[in-house]
Amino acid sequence: MLRYVARRTLYMLLALFVIISVTFFISKALPGTPFADDKLTPQIRKQLYEKYGLDEPILVQYEKYMLNVAQGDLGNSFYFESRPVSQMILQRLPVSMFIGVQAVIFGLVIGMVLGIVAALRHNTLWDTLAVVVAVLGVSVPSFVLGPILQYWLGLKLGWFPIAFFESWIYSVLPSLALSVFVISTVARFIRTEMLEVMGQDYITLAKAKGLSGLAVILKHVLRNALIPLVTVMAPLTIYLITGSLVVEQIFAVPGIGEQFVQSIVVNDYSMILGTTIFFSVLFILALLIQDIMYGIIDPRIRISGAKE
Amino acid sequence: METRHRELDPRLFESVEIDAYEGERIAGPPVGFWKDSWVRLKKNRGALISLAVLVLVFIVAFVIGPLISTHSPYDQNMTQRYLGPTSDYWFGTDKFGRDMWTRVWAGARVSLYIGLLAALLDIFVGVVYGAVSGYLGGRVDDVMQRIIEILNGIPSLIIAILAMIVFNPGIITISIAIGLTGWTFMARIVRGRMIQLKDQEFALASRSLGASGFRVVWKHLIPNSLGLIVINLMFTIPSAIFAEAFLSFIGLGIQVPEASLGSLISDGAGELRFHPYLLWLPSIVFCLLMICFNLLGDGLRDALDPKMRK
Repeated sequence: MLRYVARRTLYMLLALFVIISVTFFISKALPGTPFADDKLTPQIRKQLYEKYGLDEPILVQYEKYMLNVAQGDLGNSFYFESRPVSQMILQRLPVSMFIGVQAVIFGLVIGMVLGIVAALRHNTLWDTLAVVVAVLGVSVPSFVLGPILQYWLGLKLGWFPIAFFESWIYSVLPSLALSVFVISTVARFIRTEMLEVMGQDYITLAKAKGLSGLAVILKHVLRNALIPLVTVMAPLTIYLITGSLVVEQIFAVPGIGEQFVQSIVVNDYSMILGTTIFFSVLFILALLIQDIMYGIIDPRIRISGAKE
Repeated sequence: METRHRELDPRLFESVEIDAYEGERIAGPPVGFWKDSWVRLKKNRGALISLAVLVLVFIVAFVIGPLISTHSPYDQNMTQRYLGPTSDYWFGTDKFGRDMWTRVWAGARVSLYIGLLAALLDIFVGVVYGAVSGYLGGRVDDVMQRIIEILNGIPSLIIAILAMIVFNPGIITISIAIGLTGWTFMARIVRGRMIQLKDQEFALASRSLGASGFRVVWKHLIPNSLGLIVINLMFTIPSAIFAEAFLSFIGLGIQVPEASLGSLISDGAGELRFHPYLLWLPSIVFCLLMICFNLLGDGLRDALDPKMRK
């Protein structure tokens, strides 16, 4: 087990190293420098270059950059002068986290109920509903769903505010828009797994022992059906990150995603690259946790992984 | 009761010729894998309708849409801004007075092009990479799989965004971005299938008859993986279409004045309060494409690989 974890961690660190290196060389390849101001005399520019270490050979700069990133220093924003990127990201993090976590909770609860009902009432209207929701969930992206929710629940019915973020009620629509993919993924997974588990011999045994229907479902079917849900962790993380970019934009939520899209608009390169690194770290962590949990749950993966 | 008795006479019977081969007679024409799958697919109404809708969208986007309209997607007409759908402008006009009908279909063309490109990349890079890696095995396989693992550790969207920043945003850059990462899943699937097939008897027979590695893969292993490849293609296409629309939505994809469904939806979302049709029309076309590709993919999976049906 330890070897497996170590191996996975190593790959993840390698991937992270590649990403950060790529972002560094991209920032060097970008046209212009932060000090391309005609008003600066060559003298001053030289001093600025010296101050920020831009006159050093590129490999020395690379080494410094890597060391800085390793310590969580992502440089300063070009647009909001001299504000550290990492600080700007951390400031925006709670709002994004809140909406994302709430979307996952919505998705898990609704998706599980839908999936369970669909599996128990297999081949009925409920089942069809779950299948339709599953197809719609992967086909209707959040950047279409967001405006639809804004239009119906916000403008027409007036139940929820459609933009900004002042109190909890403002978070409902963004979370809902984000959660549909979660709902459909969870519902489809639970449904398929439960149908498969319900055909197993140990379920027949549990029923034959005389357990009540509810006990069989809760203790035996659902518990075994939940295990494979671990595999959707990494895709869900990617989805929440990408979804946050558009959903925060649509609902004018002051989160990381909105800041990222704004930084693209104003060409704030250091902000773009810093956020990119931050997102990559999040994703790679999710992938790592998923791999480790999968290794714990299913020892076959661990062993075949170690043999390679 | 009196038992009636009747003399048995050979003339009462008709002798039947016993044909040893009769039991082996094949009643209908042989049904191959593809025919069989097609029969199964035809039973799936959702998939068939999706296929028809996709063909229709394809024809309208590439042929009928631009042909029957007298407007160009780029001409601005400031006197005719925000016209709702009319007999002249079927989908209305946007804030610059541009014709939405032609713009929406131009966007659909971009989506279909991206889907096609992703499919081609999947075949020419993903399948080839997976086949080489799986068939050769050993050290080569190790190195090739490590490369994929590192690529998979990087969210493809991040790669796309970085590519957009370095090169000029546009359809070529999007193609490059999708090309860099889109094929890895297919490569893994094909590799697994190659490993599973390459030691089976038919491959061994071909090898012992002196077939080269290329011939074994091309004539025996690939044809036996085609079902799997087609199924995967059908799921690559909608995710590539989504990636392009997403990038265009956040302003990193297709740039004005070109139109993409993503950028049209983004513009429409801004006009939601007063001109909602600007949002609905591109959204409907986009969702229609996505739903149809997904349903067709589901249908093909059930048809080509009935064991995977759940």
